[in-house]
Amino acid sequence: MEQLTFEDMKTDFGAANGSGEWTERERQYLYWLSRAPAMGAVTIKKLWDRCRSFEAVYNMEEIALSRMGLLKENQAAGLGSWKRCLGKCREEYGALQEKGIRFVTFLEEAYPGRLKDLDGSPAVLYGIGRFPDEERPAAAIVGARDCSHYGRETAEALGKVLAEAGVQVISGMALGIDGAGHRGCLKGGGDTYAVLGCGVDVCYPRNHISMYMEIPQKGGILSEYGPGQAPIPGNFPARNRIISGLSDVVIVVEARAKSGSLITVDCGLEQGKEIFAVPGRNTDSLSRGCNHLIRQGAGIVTCPEDILDFFQIPMKKTEGVDEKKKNGLAKKEKMVYSCLDLQPKYIDRIVEDSGLSLGECLTLLLELELGGHIIQTAGHYYAKKL
Amino acid sequence: MFSKINSIGLKGLDGYPVSVEVDAGDGLPGVAMVGALAPEVREAQDRVRTALKNSGYHVRPRKVTVNLSPADVRKNGTGFDLPIAMGMLCAYGMVDARKLEGAALVGELGLDGELKPVRGILSLVLEAKAQGWNRCFLPKENVREGQAIGGIEIIGISSLREMAEYMSDPDSIERQEEIRKESGQDREEYPMDYREVQGQVLMKRAAEVAAAGCHNLLYIGPAGTGKSMVAERIPTIMPSCTRKERLEISKVYSICGLLPPGEALLSRRPFRSPHHSITGAALVGGGRNPMPGELSLASGGVLFLDEFPEFSKHVIEMLRQPLESRKVVLSRVSGRYEFPARFILVAAMNPCPCGHYPDRNRCHCTRQQVQNYLGRISGPILDRIDICAEAAPISFEDLRGKGGQETSGDIRKRVERARKIQEQRFEGMDIHFNSEMNGEHIRRYCGLEKEDEQFFRSVYRNMNLSARAYTRILKVARTIADLEGREGISHEHLCESISYRSLEEKYWNS
Repeated sequence: MEQLTFEDMKTDFGAANGSGEWTERERQYLYWLSRAPAMGAVTIKKLWDRCRSFEAVYNMEEIALSRMGLLKENQAAGLGSWKRCLGKCREEYGALQEKGIRFVTFLEEAYPGRLKDLDGSPAVLYGIGRFPDEERPAAAIVGARDCSHYGRETAEALGKVLAEAGVQVISGMALGIDGAGHRGCLKGGGDTYAVLGCGVDVCYPRNHISMYMEIPQKGGILSEYGPGQAPIPGNFPARNRIISGLSDVVIVVEARAKSGSLITVDCGLEQGKEIFAVPGRNTDSLSRGCNHLIRQGAGIVTCPEDILDFFQIPMKKTEGVDEKKKNGLAKKEKMVYSCLDLQPKYIDRIVEDSGLSLGECLTLLLELELGGHIIQTAGHYYAKKL
Repeated sequence: MFSKINSIGLKGLDGYPVSVEVDAGDGLPGVAMVGALAPEVREAQDRVRTALKNSGYHVRPRKVTVNLSPADVRKNGTGFDLPIAMGMLCAYGMVDARKLEGAALVGELGLDGELKPVRGILSLVLEAKAQGWNRCFLPKENVREGQAIGGIEIIGISSLREMAEYMSDPDSIERQEEIRKESGQDREEYPMDYREVQGQVLMKRAAEVAAAGCHNLLYIGPAGTGKSMVAERIPTIMPSCTRKERLEISKVYSICGLLPPGEALLSRRPFRSPHHSITGAALVGGGRNPMPGELSLASGGVLFLDEFPEFSKHVIEMLRQPLESRKVVLSRVSGRYEFPARFILVAAMNPCPCGHYPDRNRCHCTRQQVQNYLGRISGPILDRIDICAEAAPISFEDLRGKGGQETSGDIRKRVERARKIQEQRFEGMDIHFNSEMNGEHIRRYCGLEKEDEQFFRSVYRNMNLSARAYTRILKVARTIADLEGREGISHEHLCESISYRSLEEKYWNS
């Protein structure tokens, strides 16, 4: 059989598109194939290269598939028994539309262009809402789940500024930095995209249910895993390649020396993306990963505008955070406010540094908190808000 | 011959009169003991017989019947040895029973005829006084304790022989002088002081507010931040005990046999810190013949529960009712027992399983883990804790100390003033402290200025406070105002109180 290039295949497919029923049928068979156990994107593409029809794959003897060197023996055996599930898969496929889940294959126009040419790009994508816009810039904001207040504030501020500048924010909707990035983007009125390590109809983590509901209104939720797929740990490193793949830059806000976020960075580097990292104090273990990246040559984020600069988006001159917040504060409030920074500070230290009494400090802190200038991170710890 | 001797038994915290009746008559020789007796009371016959022999009395073989009346109440303890022995001597006609009229006898006998101390003397002597008896014969070691009651003659004896000598010649024992201590005159000394706690402004302040309004308190913080150090000094800033309180506290200690030797009434407020492996019965009290537990031992002082979430769940839940009613009620077939539980609960816990949260350099606990850990304390218990304060690691500057720290005495003055205000406020009511206020009281005594009302409303909405938090905040604000001797609750009082809101609002809503 003559080897076909990807482009040929597309036209081929386009030709077959003439009879709509056939396409639908092919899509159904691809859905069936993609949900087979131990069936990865690479194998699926290989099968397409040789057979050019997924229905044909279904109809072929397993033994033939393994003889052709397309499948390993155990893979072929698995596929053989999976054939029994075709009916069930068809039903599931039919139900996708009812659930409002998009099903996009690597052979279609709707498939995100940024992913098309990547090694190991997923064969199929599920989505709720939209897919990222090809024309507009996109940035991934990733980092630790158990982040500090500093990380959370930075990620949120980054997300907000990027959204306001029209940059799409891609992340994984995890706790901590990921969630803060999404939240910031939503606050800035932008569109953000969450790539999940489970089915798109599964909200993981559950705490982020409101975010999960809000993201598809402007952006979208994506996954390579079929509906109902549980969030098993093995899925997450793999989905990181999609996060970096969908973005033009990867921004790491907080990461420990051995962090899952560094997997995203590695994927991003392989895919030729620009890497940025937010620096931290040299003593903070949560910033060790970031600081290491900077030492290795990653871009440094000193303010959100650094990213805009990379995208060559002209920026408005903004006031520094401190000046903006300080204006309009009473004298004593200023005294307390200037004692704080992004690292949570215990009340006793604030009393000591401001020289005010405990009662006075607590009063001023509460007023500042109500005014949205500061935040109580845990118990009697207070920190500035960006 | 028949004889009848007065004694006293213990039931819960109180004594009840027991008459020990002995009859020596004809029949097959032996001793029969009746009257719902516990094993240790039944064993008295062997102790008594041998003690009599070893004290030089020859007891002829006769049929002896001993009855402890009322016969349907179960008798416990070893205090009946002495009255049984004297009853036998009277029944045999060796001693004149008339000389023991109007006297109560209590004491345990050794085989050599020596008298040994017994527990619960305070309650026993109080009952003897209530019965209108005029004398109490007690083991010598118990004399001081007995004299603390006053108004009844206490005679301390050391052996059966001495007792018999007294019967024949009442002047043989020199009468012990009544050493009654007046309340308040002996100012209690504590071996510790708040001056020794460097820094920790917030924790000390929280302790002060808690002591002033009898609010329950929760400290959250990593290990080694001085939570226990601050907690164990809370009794030093509480007002000194009244005589009534001292008696009540000492009664519990006496029944548990924990009264320090040589001390009649406790003068210090108790501080109890049971280990987290404690069982429910040891905490609230229990047993077939119920004994007071740690709650009652802490009554009048502080119950400190360190590592709060490590206590087993059902043990913590047992605190609910005593925290509300300030007493423990145990119901048994034999009756209903009531023990006091008027303590301030001070609980301490780590913020997360590893103990370092919110220090993210050392704490790798996930948000879920932190929440699960805090969630081990149930809502109903948190509702009863008015003040919640965070503890932080101590800085070097704090350790070096800057001098000019307040002493416990200074703080106590403020607390006493606040207590006095509360006394006047709740005069004639069945509550004593701000922490006991109900909705009606709060409406009456915790009014806010118009501006503060509005401010509080916005806080309530912004911080997602619960209705329970609302009442807690007002109660604590009232106490803070009382500490300053102010009539009304000011803006600052309110703000401080809001910052003490419980972890439910702080952690679970974030």
